[in-house]
Parts: sequence; C-alpha cells; structure tokens
Amino acid sequence: MGIGRMSAPLARVRGLGAAKAGTDAFWRQRLTAVANIPLTIGFVLILVSLLGRSYPAVKQILGSPLVAIVMLGFFVSITWHMRLGMQVIIEDYIHNERIKIALIMANTFFAFAVALACAFAILKLSFGV
Amino acid sequence: MVQLTLPKNSKITEGKTWPRPARATHVRELKIYRWNPDDGNNPTIDTYSIDLDDCGPMVLDAVIYIKNNIDPTLTFRRSCREGVCGSCSMNIDGQNTLACTKAMDEVKGPIRVYPLPHQPVIKDLVPDLSNFYAQYAAIEPWLKTSTPEPEKEWKQSHEDRAKLDGLYECILCACCSTSCPSYWWNSERYLGPAALLQAQRWLIDSRDEKTGERLDDLEDPFRLYRCHTIMNCAKACPKGLNPAKAIAEIKIQMVERQL
Repeated sequence: MGIGRMSAPLARVRGLGAAKAGTDAFWRQRLTAVANIPLTIGFVLILVSLLGRSYPAVKQILGSPLVAIVMLGFFVSITWHMRLGMQVIIEDYIHNERIKIALIMANTFFAFAVALACAFAILKLSFGV
Repeated sequence: MVQLTLPKNSKITEGKTWPRPARATHVRELKIYRWNPDDGNNPTIDTYSIDLDDCGPMVLDAVIYIKNNIDPTLTFRRSCREGVCGSCSMNIDGQNTLACTKAMDEVKGPIRVYPLPHQPVIKDLVPDLSNFYAQYAAIEPWLKTSTPEPEKEWKQSHEDRAKLDGLYECILCACCSTSCPSYWWNSERYLGPAALLQAQRWLIDSRDEKTGERLDDLEDPFRLYRCHTIMNCAKACPKGLNPAKAIAEIKIQMVERQL
C-alpha cells in the first residue's frame, strides 16, 4: 500500500481511491427491506394457519404452489437482507483486513447455506420427491 | 477490532481541585479534562470554581475566566467567541458543541468539559483535527467548471441559490463528525458528516460542472456508505444543520444515476 507512517493526512484520506461501488449493496438492502414487509406478513400468516394441523395437512399446505412461492420469496429476501446487514456490521467493527475478508466469506457462505436449506425443504414438499 | 476500553495511558484520573475565588457569592463548578503531553502522566479531571458575578454567561467565558484568573496552563482553542469561527468546539455536558454559544445556564450541576471525542489530543481541550481537515480538502471544495469562464460572473437563479441554504452555513467545527459512532470506528476511511455535507454543497451547486466526477469520488462502501443515519450529527450541530439529510441526498443521487 502506498501509505506510510509518515504520509500526509491527505494521502491517508485518499488512500486507495474510491471503490466506485457500494450503491448496489445500498440499493439491494433497501429493496429486500421493502420486500420483507409483505413477505414477512405472508410468512407469519402461513405459520399461524398451520397451528394445530396434522403433519400431512402441514405438508400439503406448505407444498401448495401459492404458499410455496411466498415461502421461497421470504427465504431468499430475508437471507439476502441478513447477509448484507451482517456484512455492514463486519465492515464497521473489524479492522484487521484478513479477519475481515474471512468473516465476509463465512457470512456469505452461511447466508447461502440457510437459503439453500430452506429452499430445498419447500421444493421437496412441493415436488414430493 | 474496535477497542472498548481505553489504553492504559488514556485512563482518566481525579485531578486537582482548585481553590474557590475569594469573596465570591455566586460560584459555579467546572470539571475540565487536562492532559499534558510533556509530563508523561495520564489525563486528569481538574475541578475549578468560578465567580459568576465576574464572568460572562457562556461556557467559553468560564474557560477564559479560568485561564485568566485561576490556571494559565489550561489550553483550548477560541477565536470569534460568537459561533462563527468554529474554533472552540468541545464536549460540554456530554454533547459536542461550541463553548461560545453554550450557556452555563443550560447545564445542571458541575459543567463537564472534555475535548471532542475520538480524536488524538494535542493538549487539554485541543484535539488534532489534521485528518478532519484533510477529509474536507479531499472533497475538493471549490467550483469546478469546463465551460470557458464568463466575462462577468457565473450566474445562478434565486431558486438554485436557495438550494445551498442549510449547507453553506457549516463552519467546520467538527462537532458532527466527532459525535458520529461510525466516524469513531472508521475515521480513516469514512469521510464523516462534515465533509459529506460540504460535498453535497458542491454537488447541488448549479454552477458546478463536475457533479459526476464528484459522485464517482464518493461512491465507496466506506467514504459514503458508512453513514447509517444515526443522526448524532444533526443533534450535535451547533448551527442547526442536518448533515444526515445531506448524506441521504447524496445517496439518492447515487441511486438516481444508475436506475
């Protein structure tokens, strides 16, 4: 890095220059935040409708097209939002570059794993394999 | 990692309690942060008592009273004493503000005076603002044009001039930036509310022709997007400005140009 202990303050502030990025993450966080409002309401309504039902009935409801689509949308939007939010927290507080990169990787893997597991469960119920 | 505890040599200890002024009837107590780089000691909180009948109403009046009458070693910045220059910004009663416009009446109990938070201290109430000023320089706060210069002046309509209201009044006192937790954790990479408010002042200026380039230089996960709308900046600003709103407007322009 071209910044040393004796660099002028302006050199430090300019650093490696602007990344010319960040707006995508900002926009997607807002997009998923808005999407999460109806999807979370749908998710809660579905959960409430499952209360007290038998196991085969629950399987049938979760596998029905409309319910499955709402559930899939909810899982994709919420895990995406979770990943973006957690990344912001990591960037805020972790200043060791190596640890930061490792944590951002782990965060992405975790979010994908959660999303894939949820999606797989719903698809399995829908297609009944 | 974020440091949650102060390093050993920054731990604040109880300092000296200075004698009350003789024959004073209205006395007010101030607890002031003291640190001298030359004596190798930890910072202390010194307690001073001032005679209100012999002193102006503002916290700056009290600090000047102490320097003149009690302890000439007390070090602080001040210049205009009327909220125009931004020199006497300090943390008073837990809030960043200008000592010259903060009345002692507004504070209950002893008045606690500290330097602006999370900046290196040079001495007592004087913080090192080199990084803060460099951030201001980095946003290139001057008119940039490509059109040949007109014979008389760059014209601006009344409506376009009005867009600079709420932005041009900033006096760079650093109360906002040093009140921002996001700036505390990432002051090396996040430009902070003051520099970003100034950036918006030039982005919105109808005479400036480098808006796109200015946005390019701000588009960065750290320079701009560390703002999480905490709003401490707007709460602290002694001029009543709203840097958080200016930053939100920069973000809107960022989204606008790519959607």
